Amino acid sequence: MSTVVRTNLLTKDFYAGFWRPRPHRALDGLSFVIPSGGVYGLLGPNGAGKSTTLKLLIDLLRPTSGSAEVLGRPAGAVEARQRLGFLPEHPTFYDYLSAEELLIYVAGLFGYRGAEQRQRAEKVLDRVGLAADRRRPIRQYSKGMVQRVGLAQAIVNDPELVILDEPMSGLDPLGRREVREMILELRDEGRTVLFSSHILSDAEVLCSRVGILDKGKLVAEGTIDALTTGGTRGWEIVATDVSAALAERLKGRVARLTSIAAGRYAMELAADGRPEQLIADLALGGATLVSVSPIRTTLEDVFMRALGKEGAA
Amino acid sequence: MIRRIRLVAWHVFKESVRDRVLYAIGAFALLLVGASIAIGQLSAGEDVKIIKDLGLSTIELAGVLMTIFIGVGLVAREIDRRSIFGLLSKPLPRWEFVLGKYAGLILTIVVNVAAMTAALYLMLAYLDWQALPVERRAWDAPAADPRLLVSVLLITAELALLTALSLFFSTFSSSALLSIVFTVGIFVTGLFSAELRGFGDIVEVSPTVAKFVGGIGWLVPAFSAFSDVKAQVVHGRAVPAAFVFYTLAYAAIYIAALLAGAVTIFSRREFK
Repeated sequence: MSTVVRTNLLTKDFYAGFWRPRPHRALDGLSFVIPSGGVYGLLGPNGAGKSTTLKLLIDLLRPTSGSAEVLGRPAGAVEARQRLGFLPEHPTFYDYLSAEELLIYVAGLFGYRGAEQRQRAEKVLDRVGLAADRRRPIRQYSKGMVQRVGLAQAIVNDPELVILDEPMSGLDPLGRREVREMILELRDEGRTVLFSSHILSDAEVLCSRVGILDKGKLVAEGTIDALTTGGTRGWEIVATDVSAALAERLKGRVARLTSIAAGRYAMELAADGRPEQLIADLALGGATLVSVSPIRTTLEDVFMRALGKEGAA
Repeated sequence: MIRRIRLVAWHVFKESVRDRVLYAIGAFALLLVGASIAIGQLSAGEDVKIIKDLGLSTIELAGVLMTIFIGVGLVAREIDRRSIFGLLSKPLPRWEFVLGKYAGLILTIVVNVAAMTAALYLMLAYLDWQALPVERRAWDAPAADPRLLVSVLLITAELALLTALSLFFSTFSSSALLSIVFTVGIFVTGLFSAELRGFGDIVEVSPTVAKFVGGIGWLVPAFSAFSDVKAQVVHGRAVPAAFVFYTLAYAAIYIAALLAGAVTIFSRREFK
């Protein structure tokens, strides 16, 4: 499997202050690889370095040290930009242009000419559902429509790699679903999608791989399966016909005991607890076992653990 | 390469002609031209000269306003509104972006200067048509004198230089307002470059101060050189070809230096 993005100890400092500028490290020695195909999610809280990473890949920012390669070329090379699409966070475009004019302009920058330039624009506008509004000035568009224009300009060149900076940010649930569907479509077409987000539910649904950034450092990285499997963080046991005396005895043995209905309880055992012993004791106490299920590690658990906030999950 | 520069330039032209500022400046120019007719009618015998003088001054002033308010905004606004993020992710080298912006603004200015010049000539032709032979004989030069074009050419070169200056500032300044302040400041200083160069002869100061001020006079673009020929052409006097050539060459060298600086700075610039 080929690689579309490779960074090596990528570091970025920003300087703040007028008289004596002091460095603030926004990205600290980031080394990671994104294989081609699939959806890669760059996750992290606000200020973690997600946008900084994407901007370094696009050459909007220059690294303080380290290096980045995109599609086999140094980040920012025109040849790489020819084969990628980028949607900035909160995109803004030229108010006085219509979506059609903008897309024709962008297609022209990618080297399309004449009829093909127009066809490209029409095709992507149709794809993002803006065909009917294509001649309206962009300043009249809603936020969701502007985001769709942003997606259209990111895919007008049939890119191999699509980089989306917080693509769901500020969208209503319908808009978010549309963007999610589009990301999955792009993946199904064999493109690689790299997107940044702090919305874990989106990442869990969309990503094959994720990297979690915190304070500029990569604190976890891998496929969602690898990060979450093997990770049974406990057991949930549901039993009925549990007497009050038995329930009282169980309180000291389980991590959590929740009454669901009269005589029906849900019990949570820690991962190192032994469900077999508890099940046997329940039977001895006259209770009837309803279900035993492992509590799988979610991306949120991984995220919180990576950020050192396990207890907060 | 050339095609991408052309695309950016055409886009700038489209942006400019849809900019309300352009129409405001156009209306202002029309107002001035109208005023020149009125003033001309009040001053018998001087009407042609006044119309020529005011017409050329209007072309210059409207061009300067256009350059400053549209030119500075072209790059600074892209950065402010962050529309530049999307654009620079395309296979568009930054130097092509800068040159495209410059070419687009020059196109806008040339089209506007051409339109204003055509309007001035139409007015002068009308004046010529309705004038009596005795009135014509009193004129220093024919109404629709082709020598006016020399001044128009130099005004265009002046505007091209001012555009390069405004573009230069907007490539590194963090706000459009700052770029406007810098550009206007240098422009006004440049209008007095001749006086600054001879500062020591005009004012009694220490040689150090005279040298310092004189140095500024040599450093800033000599904008006065472009507009001073107005008086000559209005009075029908020929402008030496060598002067025109050297002034244009001066503008070309200065523009090339400013664009090289703008490209260098913009290529290194980061966008947070």
